[in-house]
Amino acid sequence: MARWGMLIDLDRCTACQACVVACQVENNVSPGGADQAELGRAISWMRLVPFQEGGHEHGTRPDLRLVPLPCMHCEKPPCTKVCPVKATQIDHDGLVAQVYPRCIGCRYCTTACPYTVRHFNWKRPEWPQPMEQGLSPDVSVRPKGVVEKCSFCHHRLQQAKDKARAENRPLREGDYQPACVETCPAEAMVFGDLDDPRSGVSRLSESPRAFRLLEELGTKPKVIYLSKGAWGGEV
Amino acid sequence: MEKSDTDQDARLFAPMERTGRLFWIFAAVLLSIWLWGIYAWSTQLRRGLSVTGLNVPVYWGLYITNFVFFIGISHAGTLISAILRLAHAEWRRPITRAAEVITVLVLFFGLGCVLLDLGRPDRALNVLLHGNFTSPLLWDVASISTYLTGSTIYLYLPLIPDIAILRDRMPGRRWLYKPLALGWTGTPKQHRLLEKAIAVMAVIVIPIAISVHTVVSWVFAMTVQPMWHSTIFGPYFVVGAIFSGIAGILIAMAIIRKAYHLEAYLKPIHFNNLGLLLLVFALLWFYFTFAEFLTTYYGAEPAHMMIFRSKTEGAFSPYFWTMVVTCFVIPFTFLCNRRTRGTVWGCVVASVSVEVGMWLERFLIVVPSLSNPRLPLTAPSYSASWVEWSLLAGFLAMFILLYGVFTKFFPIVSIWEIREGREQSVKEVITRVESYLPGIPEPIHE
Repeated sequence: MARWGMLIDLDRCTACQACVVACQVENNVSPGGADQAELGRAISWMRLVPFQEGGHEHGTRPDLRLVPLPCMHCEKPPCTKVCPVKATQIDHDGLVAQVYPRCIGCRYCTTACPYTVRHFNWKRPEWPQPMEQGLSPDVSVRPKGVVEKCSFCHHRLQQAKDKARAENRPLREGDYQPACVETCPAEAMVFGDLDDPRSGVSRLSESPRAFRLLEELGTKPKVIYLSKGAWGGEV
Repeated sequence: MEKSDTDQDARLFAPMERTGRLFWIFAAVLLSIWLWGIYAWSTQLRRGLSVTGLNVPVYWGLYITNFVFFIGISHAGTLISAILRLAHAEWRRPITRAAEVITVLVLFFGLGCVLLDLGRPDRALNVLLHGNFTSPLLWDVASISTYLTGSTIYLYLPLIPDIAILRDRMPGRRWLYKPLALGWTGTPKQHRLLEKAIAVMAVIVIPIAISVHTVVSWVFAMTVQPMWHSTIFGPYFVVGAIFSGIAGILIAMAIIRKAYHLEAYLKPIHFNNLGLLLLVFALLWFYFTFAEFLTTYYGAEPAHMMIFRSKTEGAFSPYFWTMVVTCFVIPFTFLCNRRTRGTVWGCVVASVSVEVGMWLERFLIVVPSLSNPRLPLTAPSYSASWVEWSLLAGFLAMFILLYGVFTKFFPIVSIWEIREGREQSVKEVITRVESYLPGIPEPIHE
C-alpha cells in the first residue's frame, strides 16, 4: 500500500499563495468573511506561516520565511488518539481522515495537534452568492460546529483509483495529486508514494536539505520540507 | 424524650417548615440570572461557537476552565466527608451533609460545561455509541459518571433516617418522604446495615474522587503541548481540587449558619478545624506550583519558556500574580493566625480568596498554553464574550438556587447524626481514648 507524502521545496517556493487559493476552491472552504478573519477564525487548510530567522540581536535585520503549512498527515498523529468518538482516524490509505457527521466538536484534536492545522467551524459556512453555485460536488460542505482539516485531497485519490481500475491498470505516479501540488507555479511541491523508491517524493526526501517540522515530537509527519541553510533551530 | 429531642433541634427543622420572604427574593434574583444564562445559551445554539471569544489557536477558554473548576469544587463534599467519617473525626457531624450536597450538584454543572463547549451538543451521545478508549475525554466521562453515581448514593444513605424523621413529623409532605424513607423505623438491625453501607461507600468514593481529578488533569497532560505535558498534573489537580473544595464548604457553612441561625451547630471550632485543613492545602498547593514552575524554568526549553514567560511577565502576568496572592498569600496569612482562623469571617475571607485564585489557576492552565502554539502563528488574544460570562453566571446562580431548594426539603445538618453524637459518641470517644492509654482497665465487652 502506498504511503502518500508531500514535499515542499522552500528554496523554490515564492510564497505566491496559489496553493492556498487552489485548496480553498477545491475543498469548498468557506472564506468566512473579514470579521471572522479579524477574530482569528479564518479556515484555511493550507496556510503560509511566517518563520523569523535572525533579527533577534539588536541591529540585525530579521529574515521572514513564509512556509506553506498543510496537515502533516503524521504516521503517529497526536490528534487521532485523543478524539473521544473516533471521528478522526488514519484511514485505509494511511491519511488522517476527519468524519464530519460523527465529530462532536469538542476540539480536543485541535488543541492536541502541535502544528495547529486543524480548524473548527465556528459558524455555518457561507459563500458570497456567485461562489455558492461553484461549489465542488466532490467534497462535502461541513456543517456548523465540526472540525475540518487538509485531507490531502482524498477525493482525488478516490477518482484516480476509479480511473485506474476502469482502465485496468495500477495507479501510476502523478495520477493522484492534491490541488495545491498541481497548482504550484514554481513547481516547489512534489507528491507521491514515499515507499516507492523511484518516486520523486521519496528520492527528494533523501536530500541533505530535507527536514520535517517538529520532528523531535515523534509524530512522523509525511510532509517533508527542503531548504538550504540552518533550519530547525528557529522553530 | 422524643419530644424534647425534637425541640432541642427545632432550628434544624425550621428551614423546611417556614420559608421567609428573603428566600423568595433571593430565589427570584437567582432564577432571573439563570434565565439570562438560558438566553445566552440559545444564542450560542443558534449562531454556533462564533458567539464566544474563542479563536485559532485558543480553541478552549472559559467553558473548559469552568469545567475543571466545578469538578474541582466537587471534591468538597464526598471526599472530605468520607475522610472525616473514616477518621472518626467527631466534629464532622454538622458538616458532612452540607458538603455532600455540593458535590452532587456541582458535578452536574461540571458536565454541563462540557456540553456547552461542544460544537455539536446534539451528537454528545456519540461518546457512548463510538467511544474511543484511547481518549482521555472518554476516561473523564467514565470516571465522572462513576463519581456522580457514587456520591449520589453516599449523599442519600445518611439521609434515610432524617427523611424518616421528616415523614413522621410533616404529614403534608408524606408523598415525598414516605417512598424516600424506604420504610426506615430505626431498628438496631437497620442501623447496623446503614452504618455498614455508609462505611463501605466512604471507602469506595475516595479512590473514585481521586481518579476524577487525576483524569481531568490528563486531558491536558496526555497531549504534547508545552506546560500541559507534565507528570505532576495528576496530583497537582487533585490537591487543587480538594483545596477549592474545602473553601467551598467553608463558604456554604458560613451562609447556612447565618441564614438559618445555626450558630449552635456550626461553631467557630468547626471553622477552625476546616480552616486548618485549608491551610495545609494552601501549603501543598504552593509546594506543587513551585515545583512545577521551577522545573520548567530550570529546564528552559524554548517552547515551555514562551508560556512560562507569558504567565510570569507577559500578557497573563496580572492573573498569575493575583493567583499567587489569592491562592497562597491571603489564605496563608489569615489561616496561620489563630485569631482570624478561629472566626467565621476569617475563614470566609480566606475561602473566597482561594476560590478566586483556583479559578484563575484553571484559566492559567487552559489558555496560555493554547495562546502560544509551537509554530509561529499570529493570533489575536482571547477574551471571553458576554455569552461565556453569562453562562458562568447562570451556572453559579442555578447551583446556589438548587442548594437553597435542597435545604427546604432536607435538613442541611444531619439531625440523626447530631443526636447520635450527643447520645452515643461522647461515651464512645471516652472509651476510645482510654483504650489508647496504659494503666486504665480495659472495659468488659459483653
